[in-house]
Amino acid sequence: MADTTIPERIPINLVVNGERRALEVVPWTTLLDALRDRLELTGTKKGCDHGQCGACTVLVDGRRVNSCLTLAVMKDGAEITTIEGLARDGTLHPLQQAFIDHDAFQCGYCTPGQICSAAGLLAEGRARDADEIRELMSGNLCRCGAYPNIVAAIEQAMSRS
Amino acid sequence: MNNFQYSRANDVADVIRLLAADPGAKLIAGGTNLIDLMKENVERPSRLIDISRLPLRNVEETPDQGLRIGALVPNSDLAYHPLIEQRYPLLASAILAGASAQLRNMASVGGNLMQRTRCAYFYDTTTPCNKREPGSGCSAIDGLNRNHAILGASNSCIATNPSDMSVALAALGALVHIAGPTGERTIALTDFHRIPGDKPHVDTNLSTGEIITAIGLPPRGFARNYSYLKIRDRLSYAFALVSVAAALELEGNAISEARLALGGVAHKPWRRLEAEAALRGQAATPDHFGRAADLLLEGAVAGSHNGFKLELARRAVVRTLMQAASGTPQSQAHKKIA
Ligand SMILES: Cc1cc2nc3c(=O)[nH]c(=O)nc-3n(C[C@H](O)[C@H](O)[C@H](O)COP(=O)(O)OP(=O)(O)OC[C@H]3O[C@@H](n4cnc5c(N)ncnc54)[C@H](O)[C@@H]3O)c2cc1C
Ligand code: SF4
Ligand code: FES
Ligand code: FES
Repeated sequence: MADTTIPERIPINLVVNGERRALEVVPWTTLLDALRDRLELTGTKKGCDHGQCGACTVLVDGRRVNSCLTLAVMKDGAEITTIEGLARDGTLHPLQQAFIDHDAFQCGYCTPGQICSAAGLLAEGRARDADEIRELMSGNLCRCGAYPNIVAAIEQAMSRS
Repeated sequence: MNNFQYSRANDVADVIRLLAADPGAKLIAGGTNLIDLMKENVERPSRLIDISRLPLRNVEETPDQGLRIGALVPNSDLAYHPLIEQRYPLLASAILAGASAQLRNMASVGGNLMQRTRCAYFYDTTTPCNKREPGSGCSAIDGLNRNHAILGASNSCIATNPSDMSVALAALGALVHIAGPTGERTIALTDFHRIPGDKPHVDTNLSTGEIITAIGLPPRGFARNYSYLKIRDRLSYAFALVSVAAALELEGNAISEARLALGGVAHKPWRRLEAEAALRGQAATPDHFGRAADLLLEGAVAGSHNGFKLELARRAVVRTLMQAASGTPQSQAHKKIA
């Protein structure tokens, strides 16, 4: 029989977009829900909530992950970067600029996840051509089908980084 | 998701103690399979034991020239590890054929071995499923079974194991190192996953109270002649309909050693020593590869929707062995099948 007593809220510290944030969470709070509902950073999107679409992609200690399958309590002490944290001093991140230059979105719902995922991809340094970009971005679906423009935008950011 | 308690383990002894104290507890590493199943109410642990901070993140050379891979090494780090890229490229390729870059960053080696089937009825708590609820029946046998097993299945369950990594590990002859209340033990990866029989709710031979601590790789890496070919409904980010791990050692055009394992066709990575023995001493030709495929697939039975897998698997085996023999392994980024 599962224990039905509600556990205490657990205090955790996250460094979100460079800022230290202390909060208390029940253990089943996902990082996605903590960001959106507790920290009011709604740039990160919930698509499938099951790891199947990539809309919730954020960087945890510099690595791209699906925040919908991550428990906030397990990331106590981690540095989180969301779409809100990519611009520096009012200047867009090169990927944000490239997505605008290449018209790499229509409805925009997948875009924060696409851009955070692409930031992870650039940091990994494993993609060298368009086929490799497509493969290593396959965890981000776009229902509007902006894929060719997304690949072009990432190629631009890659060539300038 | 159900309510649950949360504990963070600091070392393996901690884990074993916490597991013994709460029979409803489950380990959580990357969370990519467990959280998904908890959101569907398929898994309802009373407690999660967070093992993600355990010091099991090393890839080390062993005295016998093999490798020992900690159970918490992330899938992506393993695939891109220089020793894996250079000495065990079959393993790197199989890992990169699975899931997405984000998921591979999160997923651990131990969690990958323990991931549960993707049978849609297993995920759907409104339908009977012997794996989820023993004795309730199998909805897939007379239902939508396009993705299901053609080998080693039973009247209780026809689910497949979804792991790509395990298929390569089976071909490489990997070992699974386990710790538990009575000490440590090691079993062959090919003995780790079970066939369903009349106990489909038991996926593996890991006992309650135990934890996987590491994977062992023997020295032989088959770095020259190998290939991992994964056939699926879309080119990436989809589970295998059929996948093949092939590894050869050649002397001229003659095969001196062969390894062959199939994914997507059974409750465990499917390896059959007869198929490999039939290749030894033979020339690397499509005819001999076809013969090995027939031996590997001996006894295969299709369900109502997956008859295509019989021929698909046979052709995929031949193609993968050809790729291995010619030293042109399947690329996981450039998807044209050579
Ligand atoms: C959308 C999607 C697509 C995917 N596609 C693929 C694919 O194409 N190919 C593929 O192979 N995989 C695929 N996966 C599955 C993925 O590889 C697994 O979810 C992952 O490997 C599990 O590892 P984890 O560390 O996240 O496990 P967790 O979710 O943390 O744990 C899974 C299970 O393993 C147990 N466990 C974890 N570590 C240990 C240990 N050390 N000892 C004992 N038990 C342990 C846990 O208790 C739990 O029961 C996909 C997943 C998703 C969500
Ligand atoms: S095949 Fe196995 S997992 Fe799927 S419904 Fe039948 S018993 Fe359940
Ligand atoms: S919301 Fe996380 S992958 Fe879809
Ligand atoms: S822009 Fe609409 S889903 Fe991608």
